[in-house]
Parts: sequence; C-alpha cells; structure tokens
Amino acid sequence: MQTMTYREAIVAAQRDALSRNPDIIIMGEDIGAAGSPFKTTQGLFEEFGGDRVRDTPISENAFVGAALGMAITGYRPIVELMFSDFMGVCFDQIVNNIAKHRFMCGGSVEVPLVIRAMGGGGVRFGAQHSQTGETWLFPFPGLKVYCSATPSDAFHMLRSAVADKNPVVVLEHKGLMASSGEVDVNADSDSHVTGPEILREGEHVTIVASLGMVNRCLEAAEKLNEEGISAEVINIRVLRPLNTGPILESMKKTGSILVVEENHQCGGWGAEVISQMIAEGFDYIETPPRRVTLPDWPMPYSPPLEDAAIPSVDKVVETVRDMV
Amino acid sequence: MTDRDLIQSSITVKDLFGGKNALEIYRKMVLVREFEDRVHASFQAGLIQGSTHLCQGQEAVVVGAVAALNADDYLTYTYRGHGTCLARGMSAEAAFAEIFGRKTGVSGGLGGSMHLTDMDLGLLGSFAIVGAGIPVAVGAGISAQARKEGQVAMTFFGDGATNIGAFHESMNLAAAWQLPVIFICENNLYGEYSPILTTTPLEDLVVRSDAYAMDGYMIDGNDVNTVYETVKNCVDKARDKGGPAFIECKTYRQCGHSRSDPAKYRPEGELEQWLQKDPIEMFRKKIIDEQLASAGDMDEIRDEVKDEIEKAATGAADAPWPENTDLTKYTYVIRD
Repeated sequence: MQTMTYREAIVAAQRDALSRNPDIIIMGEDIGAAGSPFKTTQGLFEEFGGDRVRDTPISENAFVGAALGMAITGYRPIVELMFSDFMGVCFDQIVNNIAKHRFMCGGSVEVPLVIRAMGGGGVRFGAQHSQTGETWLFPFPGLKVYCSATPSDAFHMLRSAVADKNPVVVLEHKGLMASSGEVDVNADSDSHVTGPEILREGEHVTIVASLGMVNRCLEAAEKLNEEGISAEVINIRVLRPLNTGPILESMKKTGSILVVEENHQCGGWGAEVISQMIAEGFDYIETPPRRVTLPDWPMPYSPPLEDAAIPSVDKVVETVRDMV
Repeated sequence: MTDRDLIQSSITVKDLFGGKNALEIYRKMVLVREFEDRVHASFQAGLIQGSTHLCQGQEAVVVGAVAALNADDYLTYTYRGHGTCLARGMSAEAAFAEIFGRKTGVSGGLGGSMHLTDMDLGLLGSFAIVGAGIPVAVGAGISAQARKEGQVAMTFFGDGATNIGAFHESMNLAAAWQLPVIFICENNLYGEYSPILTTTPLEDLVVRSDAYAMDGYMIDGNDVNTVYETVKNCVDKARDKGGPAFIECKTYRQCGHSRSDPAKYRPEGELEQWLQKDPIEMFRKKIIDEQLASAGDMDEIRDEVKDEIEKAATGAADAPWPENTDLTKYTYVIRD
C-alpha cells in the first residue's frame, strides 16, 4: 500500500503504462515540459521524451481523431483533455468515429485508446469549464466510460483502460486532484472496472454516487449515522457498461435508493439506474426513489451560487431524512 | 484565382508507367467506372436501400493516387470512397455485398455503402461525416512516423471538406509535426448540392496549404498521368521525412451528390463540357496514340471488367443476409 494523491495516482498509472509498453504515446495540450495544467503528466516528458509525451496544438478534433488513427495502426494513445467540457469540441470524433469504428468495420479492428478528461465543478471555472461530461458519453455503445472517485480508482481504472482493447474514456474530477488515499499498486486493476463498489455498508438507504459526489455522500452517511440512520454508499465507478447488479442487491436490503450526481437531472445517469431498479426490483422499493442533481441551469461563477448548485452534504442528509 | 498554374504532366504514359502497368491503370479506372454504374443500376433495381455516393468522373484521382502507394501504407477516405477501395484491391464482390447489406460484405453488412474498409489493405476507414476521416489519417501518419519504416498515410476528401474545422486542425497538426500525410482534395466543384464557389471564397483551394506552410499543388485531376506523377513525388518526399503535402485535384462528379440527386442545379452544358475531359477516355486515347495498345486491346479489357463486375454483383446479390443475432462482439472486443 502506498499513500498518494489522486493527481499522483494519475501520473503513476501513465508512468507504469509508458514503462511497460513502448507502443503507448501520450498526447494533449501542455502535457509535455509543462507537465499539464493540473500536473497530471508531471515528470513524464523528462523521463520518456517528447516523442512519447507529445504536446498537441489546441485542436481536440485533430488529436482525438488522430488517436483513432494511431489505435488502428498499432499504437496505443492516451489522450488528455484538459477539461471534460472540451469533449464538446471533439464530440464527432468520439461519438461518430471512435465509438462506432469497430462496429462499422464488422468487428475486424480493435480500437485500443484512452481519453482522460478532467471535469467537474467547485473550482470557480464557470459554465464552460465545470461539467463532468458523464451524461454526454454514457449512452453510446462502443465506448467504455469510467469515473474515478479515489486515488485507487484513478490509478487502477487508468491502468485497466490502457490494457483494454476498446476505447475507454476515463473521467476524472478536478476537485479531487489533491485528495489522498491508499493505493495498492500491485492489486488487480481490472477488478476496479467490473462495476460499483460498496464503500460503506448500511441498512436504511442505498446512496449511489460518482466522482466528486462520492466523498460528499460518505460524509453525509457519517452525519446520518449520528442520527441513527444507516446509509449504504456505493461508488458507481463504471457508467458504461453499466452494471447495476450490486446496486439492486443493496436496494433489496435497504428498500430505498438515492442517486447523487453532478449532472443535470434531465438525462442524468441516475434516471437509468432508477429505471432499472424499478424494472428489476419494484417489489423491494419501500420509498419513492430520489435524486440529487445540479439545478437546471449552467454552472454559475459566483462562489456562493456555485456552492449552492453542486449537491452538498447537507442536501444529501436532508433528502435521506425525508426518505426514511 | 491563384497565381499558381494548373499542373499538367508532360511525361508520356510509357515513360511514367511502362506499357504493361499503363494497361493495369486503365483496367482499374474502368473497374471503378463499371462498379459505380452497377451500383447505380442496383439501386434502381431495389438491391440497395438508403443512399449511395458515386464517383464516376473522378477515377483518375483515386487510381492515380493509390498507384503511388506501397502495400503497407494507410488510407482514409469518404462516403464517396468505393473507387479508392477498388483501386487499392478490395474484392468487388465483397464490396457489392457490403453495399447490398449481405453477410459476405467486407464488414458483414454492418457498414454499408458509406463504410467500406479492409484493414489488411490499409483501407482504414470510410467516413460518412464530411472531413472526419482526415484526423484519422493524421493519426496513421503519427504511427508511421513513430515506426520509422517509411510508411505514409493518404487521406481523400472533397472540396467541401476544406471548409470544416477537422481539415484545418489536421493540416496544422500534420505540418507542425512534419508527418508523412498526403492530403488529396478531390475538387469536383460541388459540396453536396452546392457549387463550391457559393460556399467558399476561393476557386483554387490549393492556397489553403499556404496557411500551413505545406507543399501545395493544383493539378489536372482528370489526367491520371498528372495525378500519379505529382502524388508519387509527394509520397516519396514524405517517406523520406520531407513532411506532408496537399494536392488539389481538379475533377468533376459526373453524377449527382447521392442517389436521390439528379443534379439539376448544374448549369447547362457543364456536364457535357466535362465529359469531353472524361478521365478514362483521355487515358485510353493517350495509350492508343503512344501505340502501347490498340483500341481492340482496350475494348477487350473493358469487356473483361464488365464480366468481372457482372459476376461480382450477381454473386453478391445471391449472398445471404446477416443473421439477426447479438452484435455485441462487433461493438466491443470481448475478453476471453
């Protein structure tokens, strides 16, 4: 076990990948000598050189599309998108090309590429630099979509993604960069991407969350515990392929489910999770399923307004109180 | 207008290709033409649904450019890409079968007319979104540069694609990194239904390469000699770490944009004028004039190709439909 920050875990996974496989090339904006604005490639340029750690022009369409070209001609690119919001710039390449290429080729090609995108609010970046991007990509067959909520996730999900023969988008959260935790670098990375992880066991309510919401839900569970309410907290981890089995099992036990996500309610992944719970576990549901999400407006800049927009510990506590 | 002249090759067919290769070039051009004519007829006959985008009139570009490549080079192309695939050696029957949606198609019927691919031939992808295949070729160029085995990547796109962001981003990236990527612009004068001059402030798109400090050439795209000679020079230079090139091939789409477009927007006489410069007829005349083959020899080749197309199309039409099964394994690589 090693203690490392989320940011260090991201660097460590990439260093591991670059050391193990000469076909891996990292590309992105300011990721070379600058080490990336969020310091997520720090030291890699010095260690592996500019051919393998490449600074791109500010051209997401070109370098994300190029990643597809590299992946189908023998290399394994890891692309960094400085902000998840920039997936909007290269949405065509991700959704129309990368997700569908294998299928349109009749399964005759593998597309082993990784897109890392850093998203999420709480850091005062305003409406165009605060989105998580989770709901943008999770509907599309052909992609895998991971959300890393802990340093251990950040390390192992990225390492598993790099070894995958499919295109994987690993979503990271800017607000978690400095958070630290235990990482067992010798653990089986693939076990981190099989589906949800129960982080805290409980009896009265199942709370499902992703990315930056996971820690808030754990904190809320702690507070609820003081009131005698026992909450089970689940880190969803993988949005695609979505495995709701462990969530269903949890809900069968608790009889109620709350989904907390840093996305707008309309079209959020929580709607899909709850719809599956209703379809498969209707008889176990004791209270109406609830969701805590962003409000239905873009992220405001002003600090008090941004803080009010993002699902808070108190909001989760209040919602659970209302449910049980 | 630019101050650049339209490049036309002055080399003889014999000096450029040699007699035997010239007939192979001719055969491929006829193959593309006959294939596309048959696709059109098959649509009329109800064998094809959806849409098709044909390239009659542009055979010199695809055949000439592809002839300049090695077997381990890479290509990306567009929904108007049947010709590129055939020029590269794709089986006509498997191509027809794909377009007919059959199990024996190059992609088992999952791709269709706009998505003919064959990784073994370096035919990396046929992209149905205008300009979307250009960055993918740049990526293949990055692989080629990293591998250091002298490979090049070639990307085909139309005049309309030079107005989309992916094109400009790709030109910049390829030039900035001096990648071995050959950009082949098939300027057939129409971006879908619109004349290029109504959507673009330039008649000669070659000037766009100047903005990226990239070698640019504007050539007679209906003359296969010119296409081959120009592209070969660029390919050789790229192989030798000389960086990318942009080649604007002036040509003409003899048909409409897609199967539902009768191209009534064309000015009167325009088609007829371009038919006078039909690339296959021009090349045939050169071969005969240089006495590399007789008209009879050429007719024989055409008849052989017609037979080949007949056989391929009939075989494809008789092929079974794909089974309606779980398609997950085509969507994802499933681990053992």
